[in-house]
Amino acid sequence: MSESTFGSYGGQYVPEALMPALEELEDAYERYVLENEDGFVDEFRERMRDFGGRPTPLQRADRLSERYDSEIYLKREDLVHGGAHKLNNALGQVLLAKYMGKERIIAETGAGQHGTATAMAAAHLDMPCEIYMGRTDVNRQRPNVYRMRMNGAEVNPVEAGRGTLKEAINETMRDWATTVETTHYVIGSVVGPHPFPTMVRDFQSVIGEEAREQIRGQAGRLPDSVVACAGGGSNTMGAFHAFVDDEDVSLYAVEAGGSSLEIDEREGVAPNSATLSTGTDGVLHGAMTKLLQSGDGQIVESHSVSAGLDYAGVGPELSHLVETGRVTPVNVDDEAALNAFHRLSRLEGIIPALESAHALGHVEEAHEDLGDLVVVNVSGRGDKDLETVLEETEKRDLGAAPDVEVFDS
Amino acid sequence: MNTDSEIERAIRENHPALITYLTAGDPSLEETKAYVEALDRGGADLIELGLPFSEPIAEGPTIQAAINRALEAGTTPERFFELVDDLEVEAPLLVMTYYNMILQYGSGAEPRSAERDATEPQNGPDPEPFVERAAETGLAGIIVPDLPAEEAAPLRAACDERGLDLVFIVAPTTNGERLDRIMSQASGFAYVQARLGTTGARADVSSATHDSLARLEEYDVPKAVGFGVSEGEHAREIVEAGADGVIVGSALIDIVAESETPVADLEAKACELKGGAERGANAPEPEQP
Ligand SMILES: Cc1ncc(COP(=O)(O)O)c(C=O)c1O
Repeated sequence: MSESTFGSYGGQYVPEALMPALEELEDAYERYVLENEDGFVDEFRERMRDFGGRPTPLQRADRLSERYDSEIYLKREDLVHGGAHKLNNALGQVLLAKYMGKERIIAETGAGQHGTATAMAAAHLDMPCEIYMGRTDVNRQRPNVYRMRMNGAEVNPVEAGRGTLKEAINETMRDWATTVETTHYVIGSVVGPHPFPTMVRDFQSVIGEEAREQIRGQAGRLPDSVVACAGGGSNTMGAFHAFVDDEDVSLYAVEAGGSSLEIDEREGVAPNSATLSTGTDGVLHGAMTKLLQSGDGQIVESHSVSAGLDYAGVGPELSHLVETGRVTPVNVDDEAALNAFHRLSRLEGIIPALESAHALGHVEEAHEDLGDLVVVNVSGRGDKDLETVLEETEKRDLGAAPDVEVFDS
Repeated sequence: MNTDSEIERAIRENHPALITYLTAGDPSLEETKAYVEALDRGGADLIELGLPFSEPIAEGPTIQAAINRALEAGTTPERFFELVDDLEVEAPLLVMTYYNMILQYGSGAEPRSAERDATEPQNGPDPEPFVERAAETGLAGIIVPDLPAEEAAPLRAACDERGLDLVFIVAPTTNGERLDRIMSQASGFAYVQARLGTTGARADVSSATHDSLARLEEYDVPKAVGFGVSEGEHAREIVEAGADGVIVGSALIDIVAESETPVADLEAKACELKGGAERGANAPEPEQP
C-alpha cells in the first residue's frame, strides 16, 4: 500500500462514507498509474500529446535573462490545451475514472481553470460532468463558466460562505458523499485525503521531468533554482518532484502575499494566501497540513488578486518539504504580481496567468539569490485574467503597466 | 476502551433511546440551554451538542445554516464548555465537532505573521487538552464526523484515559473488513448512518437502514440510527428494524429556526419521537420468513 502521509502531514480525515471510495481509488491508482495495468499510462501519455499538446517547451527568456544578468528559462505550461497545467491532472483523473468504471465526474473550481480543464477532459472522454463553483467566483469568472457550459458540463453555484474555492470543495465533498458509488471526484490540486495528493503530484510531475531533461539539453546542466507559484501546490509539486533528490537545486514555492501578511482574527479574514509561510498545522479537506486558521481552529477566508491562489490550505507534501527545509516558501504581494504580469507580457510577448505572475514576481525581487540558471514554471496563460488585471491596474500606479486607454468610453 | 460507559448505560436503561442533536449557540448559547432542557424533559436520553466549525463537510443545508448562526453569535470552544458546565440535565451529553476544532483547542497555535519569532512555543495540534476540558465539564463522549477509524488513535487514547466514549459512524458503504475495524474501536454506541449523503430531515426511512442494522446484528454494541430521521413514525420503523436508538438533528433545528414557541415545540417533538421509538420496541416480533 502507498504511504498515506508525508512526515506528519497528509492522512485521510474524511467521513466514513468516503473511506471505501478512497480505498478503491488507492487500489486503482496503484494498478493503473503505478503499474500501467491495461496500458493506462500509455493511453494517458498519448492523449496528453494529441489532445493536450505535450511536451511543452522550455524557453530561454532573453529579455529577462538580460535584465537579471542570469539565465532564465520558462517552462511553458501556458501552452497546454486549456491554457494551464490543470489538464495534466484533470485528464489523468477522468481517464482513471473511466478505467474504474465510474459513470460521472464532479469537481470543484475556484478561478474556473480546473473546472474548464475537467470539463474539457470529460467532453473528450465522453463522461457526464458537474462542476461546483462558489457564487462569488461564478460572478467574477464568467468566461470560464461559459467555457465549462460549452463543453457540456453543469455548473452548480455554491451559495454558502464567501462563495469561493473553500466552499466549492465543501460542496463537492458533500455531493461525493451522496453519489460515491458511481461518481469520481476529480480534485484540482495536490490537496485532500490520500491518495489524492500523491496521485495528483504524479500526474503533474511530467512538468519537472520534461524540464529537467530540457534544461540539461539546452543549458548543459541542472538549474540552480526552480521557482513555481503555490496555491494548493499542484504546479509546484509538478515542477519540483523530479528535482527533489537533486540537492543542489533550490526549490522556491511562491505564495500570494495578498495585501498584507497579518490575519484579522475578529473578522476571520487573512488578506493573503501565504499558508506555507504563515500557516499553522491542522486538518482541512481531508488532510493534516498547514492552514490559515484562527487560534480556535476556524478556517479563515484567504485573499489574493489571483483567484487560483486564493485558498486557506496547501498540499500536505509541500508542508512537509517546507518543514524539512527542502522547499523554501516565499511570497509576493498583489502589486508585485501585477507588475510581473505586465513585465512578462511586455518583455517576452507572453501574457502569464496571475498565479504564474507570482513566480515571476519572486524572480524580480530575489534574482540575486537564485543563482545563474533558473527555471520558472509559467503554470498558465493570462487571458482569463485580463479583466481583473485591468481593474486592479486602474486602482494602482504600476511601473510596468501599459496605457490601455484606447477605447471610446 | 471505556468499560464503564455512561452512554451505553443510558441507552440500555432507557431502551429504545432517543438521541437529539442541536448546534450549540444557535441562535445563542442561552437559548441552547433552554432548548436542551426542553429536550431532556421531552424524553431525550442522550444529547449531542454541536461545537460549530467553519467547514462542516458532512452537513446538509439545515445544520450548515445552524452552524453559521452559531458562529455569527460568537460561539467559541471556551463558551461551549461553559455552557456544558452550566447545564443540569439528566441525559448524558456528547460533543459533536470536526477534528480540527479538537486539535487546536489549547494548542497555543496563534496565527503567525511573517515576522513571527520562530522560537515561539507552538505545541502543535494535539487532541489531549480538548478531551481533558471535555471530561472536566462532564461530557460523556465525542463524535467526530471527519475522523475515520484509521486516524483515530490519538483521540481514542486521550478519550480512554479520561473515560470518555468515542463514537464511530458506520456508513452504508462500510464493508466487512472496515466494519470489524470500526466496531473493535467503537464505544458508547455505533452511529449507523441511515443513508449516503449529508445530514438533513427526510420523508422516509431508507432501505439502507435495514441492511446496515442486519450487518451490525452480531456486534454487541448499541446501535443508533441517524441521518434523515424526522418523525415518530420513522423512529418506530427504525427501532422495529432492530435499532437501540434513533438520532434526530435537522428536524429539531427546523423548530429552532422557524418556531414561535421553540421550547414547547422541542419538548413536544422529543415526546413524539420517543413515543414512536417505544411503539417500535413494543411491536410484535416480525415473523421470520
Ligand atoms: C494557471 C494556474 N497556476 C496555478 C494555480 C494554482 O494551483 P496549484 O497551486 O495547485 O498549481 C492555478 C489554479 O487555478 C492556475 O490556474
